[in-house]
Amino acid sequence: MAEVFVLVEHRRGELRDITFEMLSGCRDLAKNLNASITAVLLGKNIDNFVEQLKSWADKILVVEDDKLENFNAEAYQRVLSHLIKERKPILTLIGHTSFGMDLAPALAAELGIPLATDCIGFELQDGRLVAIRQMYGGKVNARISFKTAPYMATIRSAAFKAEEPGLSAEVEKAPSPLTEEITTKRFLEYVEAAVGEVDITQAERIVAVGRGVGDYSDEKVRSIIEELANELGAVIACSRPIVDKGWLPKDRQVGTSGKTVKPKLYLALGISGAFQHVAGMSASETIVAVNKDPKAPIFTVADYGIVDDLFKVVPVLTEKVREAKGGS
Amino acid sequence: MKIVVCVKHVPDTAEADVVITPDKKGIKKEGLAFGINEWDEYAVEEAILMKEKYGGEVVAITIGGKESEDTLRRCLAKGADRAIRIEDPALEGSDAYALAKVLCAVIKGMEYDIIFTGAQAGDDGFGQVGQTLAELLGIPHAALVTKVEPQDGKAKVHRELEGGLEEVLEIQLPAVLAVQTGINEPRYVSIMGIRKAKKKELKVLSLSDIGLSPDEVGEKGSLLTLEELYIPPVEKMAEILTGAPDETATKLAGILDERGLIPK
Ligand SMILES: Cc1cc2nc3c(=O)[nH]c(=O)nc-3n(C[C@H](O)[C@H](O)[C@H](O)COP(=O)(O)OP(=O)(O)OC[C@H]3O[C@@H](n4cnc5c(N)ncnc54)[C@H](O)[C@@H]3O)c2cc1C
Ligand SMILES: Nc1ncnc2c1ncn2[C@@H]1O[C@H](COP(=O)(O)O)[C@@H](O)[C@H]1O
Repeated sequence: MAEVFVLVEHRRGELRDITFEMLSGCRDLAKNLNASITAVLLGKNIDNFVEQLKSWADKILVVEDDKLENFNAEAYQRVLSHLIKERKPILTLIGHTSFGMDLAPALAAELGIPLATDCIGFELQDGRLVAIRQMYGGKVNARISFKTAPYMATIRSAAFKAEEPGLSAEVEKAPSPLTEEITTKRFLEYVEAAVGEVDITQAERIVAVGRGVGDYSDEKVRSIIEELANELGAVIACSRPIVDKGWLPKDRQVGTSGKTVKPKLYLALGISGAFQHVAGMSASETIVAVNKDPKAPIFTVADYGIVDDLFKVVPVLTEKVREAKGGS
Repeated sequence: MKIVVCVKHVPDTAEADVVITPDKKGIKKEGLAFGINEWDEYAVEEAILMKEKYGGEVVAITIGGKESEDTLRRCLAKGADRAIRIEDPALEGSDAYALAKVLCAVIKGMEYDIIFTGAQAGDDGFGQVGQTLAELLGIPHAALVTKVEPQDGKAKVHRELEGGLEEVLEIQLPAVLAVQTGINEPRYVSIMGIRKAKKKELKVLSLSDIGLSPDEVGEKGSLLTLEELYIPPVEKMAEILTGAPDETATKLAGILDERGLIPK
């Protein structure tokens, strides 16, 4: 029987969500490919992961090696290329995460396997695999076909729901093909983000600013936003470009490489709604977006939207919120 | 230090109305502003910072039409020493793998210590070309790089992970480093820079110049085929409040109040 490989992603003793999303998201596809699902687990001291994964796959293929203790794309690539050559899975899935972005392209190129990155769905067309992925910041979807099998794809976080299928996996331990130390790349350490004075994950209300606010170091711009946040008793957070510019500290960034927030109110001002941002705020109770562009993807996550220049809307909104407070 | 930086000329679609062409293979370019890919702006800055600190040369490379010379000129004006543009009709329909083959063909005969690329291109968003290039050149790489400190024959590199975490690793040079935004503060282009850039070399190469056959690139030389582009179906849409700012803001304040979201 054909196999689908799903590469298990884990970090510092924890399995990452993307692993379960891939294992559950590929089930229909595996069925249509007449393939079973193999979770490929590489690492050191990973017995507890085997237990956690048992109900999620048909098989767990385990390779343990001290050299796999911390993620090293080079070491992972060598083990995976060995396993793929030996077992010839029809499809290999890897997360489109920092880990997968570092690993998958070189692995695919080494093996000469077509790789579609950042996929959000799949179809079979006349027996050939077609991947769906986004372009232009989420404004366009693309259907992309793989010329030859086997296939490889990286999967966007949260593109699939993790639903436990209640399987009971067979466990196979394979010897590590790593014979020598990896010298081209060496893991040194993890560095935690600095802790700032405001914890946006605890805020009940958030006013979030994006590139649409323009120059956030400008006093006038800043005070317009701050006044609204003050009236709402909200904390100010932002999208990535604002942090990249150094206008707000990193701990105010919402998204995959920043914080995940779930406030009662998330007011997005001048944020387009790239998936890396949305992943960090989509669980908020009420989401409001103000954006000039009616096609901005943020409006597909928001509950309420205003299509306009935020600088025209925000001062009036501040005034109206002030009135509402005074009026009761 | 010999540094190569790969840059792409891309449309800014953040605020634009994106229209798909009738053949469904591309988007209409009319009315779109083009410029250097956001990630590449940081890659170029990092390349120039390295040169300023350690001496050497920065070569900017792009695969693209005549219009992408704007992006190369920008790199030259900021401090790159020379630029190379590869253009060929056979390149149409190239996937990330084919583009990496082209970059590899240009770069492999050059001297280099570090090749900088962006972590991803804002248009196709593959996040793939740099790492693939490294594999084809047979050198190591690191993706999502947020800090680089070269130290004889090696570099200490920070990679961005999720949730604000970073990992630090040591990588042997030469290597491909795919740069994440925020790694530095890209400089502005100065008038003086623009003037100097005019005198710098900008070489245009075709496929045969770099020793590739048309079959190795384009749709033939790619492993993926773009079937079609389409506008994503809208599964959920916000309730859009309409009217002048006065009205919309008033409506919104009313909704927030009703939902108990205004602290009293
Ligand atoms: C590995 C990786 C990790 C990432 N992690 C994160 C992350 O954690 N968080 C994050 O946010 N991003 C992250 N990004 C970046 C992400 O892909 C987007 O580039 C980013 O979210 C875009 O930010 P933005 O919406 O503020 O800017 P843009 O996409 O440029 O959008 C600006 C918006 O403002 C609107 N606008 C402009 N002027 C006005 C005005 N006057 N009034 C109203 N609207 C206006 C425009 O219509 C546009 O929609 C990551 C990217 C990568 C590759
Ligand atoms: N046409 C191109 N010419 C030169 N460099 C490119 C080109 N396309 C991609 N790159 C480089 O590869 C990086 C990643 O792009 P991508 O894999 O397409 O997301 C970009 O940031 C560039 O540095």
